[in-house]
Amino acid sequence: MSTTTATDEKSRKAPAGERVADWADGRLGIYSLAKANMRKIFPDHWSFMLGEICLYSFIIIILTGVYLTLFFHPSMNEVEYHGSYIPMQGVLMSEAYASTLDISFDIRGGLLIRQIHHWAALIFLAAMMVHMMRVFFTGAFRKPREINWLFGFLLFVLGMFTGFTGYSLPDDLLSGTGVRFTQGAILSVPIVGTYISMFLFGGEFPGGDFVARFYSVHILLLPGIMLGLVVAHLILVFYHKHTQFAGPGRTNNNVVGMPLLPIYMAKAGGFFFLVFGLITLVAAIATINPIWALGPYRPDQVSTGAQPDWYMGMPEGLVRAMPGWEINVAGHTLVLGVFIPLMILPLVLGAIAVYPFIESWVTGDKREHHILDRPRNVPTRTAFGVAWLVWYFVLLAGGGNDIWATHFHLSINTITWFVRIAFFVAPVVAFIVTKRICIGLQRRDAEKVLHGRESGLIKRLPHGEFIEVHAPLDPVALHKLTAHEQYAPAEIGPTVDENGVERKVSPVEKLRVKLSKGYYGPGNQLPKPTAEEYKEIQSGHGHH
Amino acid sequence: MSSQEEISKENPPSEQDAAHGAVVTADDPFADPGLPAHQPRKQDIDERSAKRSERMVAILFMVSMLATVAFIASFVAFPVDKNVFVFPLGHVSILHLSLGVTLAVALFCIGAGAVHWARTLMSDVEVADERHPIEAPPEVKQKVLADFAAGAAESGFGRRKLLRNTMFGALALVPLSGVVLLRDLGPLPEKKLRSTLWAKGKQLINMNTHEPLRPEDVVVGSLTFAMPEGLSEHDENFQSEIAKAALMIIRIQPDEIKDKRELEWSHQGIVAFSKICTHVGCPISLYEQQTHHALCPCHQSTFDLSDGARVIFGPAGHALPQLRIGVNADGNLEALGDFDEPVGPAFWERG
Amino acid sequence: MKKLSARRRHPLAAVVVLLFALAATGGLYTAFAPAGKAQADVASQSLAIDEGKKLYSVGCASCHGTGGQGTSDGPSLVGVGSAAVDFQVGTGRMPAQQPGPQMPKKKVIYSQKQIDQLAAYVASLGAGPITPTEEQYSTSDASVASGGELFRTNCAQCHNFTGKGGALTHGKTAPSLEGVDPKHIYEAMQTGPQNMPSFPDTTMPEQQKKDIIAYVKAVNGDDTESPGGLELGGLGPVSEGLFAWIFGLGVLIAAAVWVAAHTAKAKKS
Repeated sequence: MSTTTATDEKSRKAPAGERVADWADGRLGIYSLAKANMRKIFPDHWSFMLGEICLYSFIIIILTGVYLTLFFHPSMNEVEYHGSYIPMQGVLMSEAYASTLDISFDIRGGLLIRQIHHWAALIFLAAMMVHMMRVFFTGAFRKPREINWLFGFLLFVLGMFTGFTGYSLPDDLLSGTGVRFTQGAILSVPIVGTYISMFLFGGEFPGGDFVARFYSVHILLLPGIMLGLVVAHLILVFYHKHTQFAGPGRTNNNVVGMPLLPIYMAKAGGFFFLVFGLITLVAAIATINPIWALGPYRPDQVSTGAQPDWYMGMPEGLVRAMPGWEINVAGHTLVLGVFIPLMILPLVLGAIAVYPFIESWVTGDKREHHILDRPRNVPTRTAFGVAWLVWYFVLLAGGGNDIWATHFHLSINTITWFVRIAFFVAPVVAFIVTKRICIGLQRRDAEKVLHGRESGLIKRLPHGEFIEVHAPLDPVALHKLTAHEQYAPAEIGPTVDENGVERKVSPVEKLRVKLSKGYYGPGNQLPKPTAEEYKEIQSGHGHH
Repeated sequence: MSSQEEISKENPPSEQDAAHGAVVTADDPFADPGLPAHQPRKQDIDERSAKRSERMVAILFMVSMLATVAFIASFVAFPVDKNVFVFPLGHVSILHLSLGVTLAVALFCIGAGAVHWARTLMSDVEVADERHPIEAPPEVKQKVLADFAAGAAESGFGRRKLLRNTMFGALALVPLSGVVLLRDLGPLPEKKLRSTLWAKGKQLINMNTHEPLRPEDVVVGSLTFAMPEGLSEHDENFQSEIAKAALMIIRIQPDEIKDKRELEWSHQGIVAFSKICTHVGCPISLYEQQTHHALCPCHQSTFDLSDGARVIFGPAGHALPQLRIGVNADGNLEALGDFDEPVGPAFWERG
Repeated sequence: MKKLSARRRHPLAAVVVLLFALAATGGLYTAFAPAGKAQADVASQSLAIDEGKKLYSVGCASCHGTGGQGTSDGPSLVGVGSAAVDFQVGTGRMPAQQPGPQMPKKKVIYSQKQIDQLAAYVASLGAGPITPTEEQYSTSDASVASGGELFRTNCAQCHNFTGKGGALTHGKTAPSLEGVDPKHIYEAMQTGPQNMPSFPDTTMPEQQKKDIIAYVKAVNGDDTESPGGLELGGLGPVSEGLFAWIFGLGVLIAAAVWVAAHTAKAKKS
């Protein structure tokens, strides 16, 4: 840079905004940062906004949560209630419960913020689940995004526990029952169960400590970790650039869409307000967790219909469906009826978390993937995902068996038996059915590519036959329907090398080949139409 | 297409021919037709239409402002305890509803305005941005590895094994202080879970009336809850004590009691069972007086109270403990001892 | 028709068909399922004569025995008292329509006068709880707060926090307490109808019953306040979860679709 240009720069009076930016750039290097990111391209698709719903509901939860901490007393000291809610006058309760009643009845807007906080939490978890399934079924978890998949999965699991600890804070009869369940489950852990329980609750259940302890976990420890993960998750999204669906001009080496500034700034920023506004509306019109109707917690009281929030319904279903096995050996008790579900829970959740690594091992594919799959084009993955979802939702439904029983006039025992059987059978059935449907859809796509779209026009041929006229697809549609890759099943290579020495095939390799056949072998995916087939049909031969 | 080539070098041999990129030829009917030309929106070519969009966005922002004013007005105007009937919501707090709706409108309209602006007035030309491989080029990798090797060598980390090992030792030990500090989170379990407040001679106090129960109070088919004499709801440790001592009392015709010990431990068919489920500790008291079944509302463990409270359905692993009862000199029901086994959920040391 | 066939290839056609199918299935279910059970065999009983015993021998004796001694189809009525009769018949649970795990509440087919006559007859078979007077179940001097504590100790385990009802074993249920006459609540506590245990005055004095009734009316009546908006059935997290998934996430995804959709082009390509 020569001296003349420097003086030129100085002689021009820069606008105030630019001067502030200059100041910041000299210290933070913002221009280089902005150069890479300001016009970053984001593709448009509604399903790409699911993650934003998660992010925004998380922000809403933090904002409203900070407000709630200003009024909530995380204390289990016993007080007699004398606030404005008449049916609780004079009732003994913990300060935590009393302050939650105050937030609901005596602090203006407190009830609204409490309800926004709780609704946003339910929606946060639900949106994470849907977002995760979007990523799963489109194969967006493939290289280079496996780590981000794990970050997202961790956020979901941490969200479950943050939600659970928050739900327990008001110390009402419903959440207290949930805490009791947790304590009972902890007791079932062999050898250390009683110790963990005593340490967690500061003595015997319920003691006087758990609200304060859950409070610091709920407002500090878990959200802190989650915030870090959210930031890391977003940095990786920026760094990897967003995936996109196949389409005209969209390749594995580019990303097509609109720039961050101004379009996504406006759209994503606007979407934050839309999400905030809609969640506020939900909180304005629908009650959530009316703790005043539930009463303060007492370990000798309970209400029927005792359920956790939805994201804990899956573990609840596991526990409800489990038969009561208990083994007494040599003066010790193995509480299998509780401990087995406790162990299956990480297994069910973990099954989906490790899937990307299994798939990449089966395919042996080391390339980056930025073009999304249509679920039908990967029948085995899609079938696995649906089977997992069915597994999850069978258990979730099982967690509410008593409500289904009363509202659909069924026997609670029958539902429990149904869940027990469906736990094993339903995922298998779902897997098989989904795979058949996917292959059927692939067949329909191939049909469309080769013969064109059914136009709905009926033509009568000279000899009297009626046929439906098929209109050929345009190049865009043709490209979209054939852009997906198809793997060939792996083979066990030659077992004898070039020198004639026999090579031992490891069982791991055999398993991989077997799985690969299950994924890509004949009958497990439909070979997509080739250009030759297309040309042959289009040239008039073989047209029906 | 150069990076495409580069990537396909890494293809496992099994899918080389199947990869789509490799077969792109001039006469491929499935070839990528390329990014389509931008089609103008109405707003791009018709200034009146653009003005309409502009007005719409401005109106949305103004509605938001009005809603915020309304929010503040509601906050000031409505008392916190006034409920009104609003169809179909029911008798809702007018303050809550008005704050909620105005805030929702204020937020939603900002969002709707911004999105409408972006969708109709900002450029909607699609742009393609190149991607670059995430992996570093080989020369960068070589440089990093060399730097690392140089750094490691300079530290003497590999050479001076004593330093390395003692450092690992120190780092491994120091977190133990943190673990030790957690010791005082709570007491050791000892025998705490094995005993309750019940003891020989303690009268059964009706949870409703707080009076001692008499056998003639308890009729067949009734359900009563009791706590041990001397415990009060105002006690410091009431919650922890009632969590173990809670008792449910029913009366069954003695000839309907199938379990011999249950009959022995009852008083003329009055039986006292622990109210705490042996599964995970919910208070179980959904008692069906005709079937004598008690159901737990949390996980549906079902106990037959006429047969030693054995488990007949659900995840609980053992029967509800029974409290042996009798009648004292005043004619009140009393416990003849503590439960002979730990109440509530099973645990490792229970045996 | 032509319009319809032209649009059958529309991408949303499948959705529309699905909606129709769902609506049709739901409609058929509501049309067939409950109606068959609800048909009460009213006609024969309405001929019942104006006197307890005669009423009894016509409407009750076939199950409960000619002298109320009970048969394999119905329990003995000796000693159940007039309160039990007033509850069972006054809520339509008796006479039963068909055997089952539980006799549901249904249309009352006797007049209050006839019910009183029946009750007097049954009470004459053996002493039992007598029908309460209005003064006994009036809530004028009752404490809602104490009623709440009693309700959570004695009732909520089966009937839910605010009396919305709940499930019992093998298809039995604890019914909802919404709109139940205070007299019938009192009688139910007093007599323990069907599988409900009784809460006699000896263990739960009259005043406490009043408190409980006052609490039920306060939290589950027509004027019950729900300051936070829709109650969603008062069933707790299951209905809240469904609402969050279907309505909450539903509107957010609808908004996402709008945000991400391409703006209409001036010329259809």
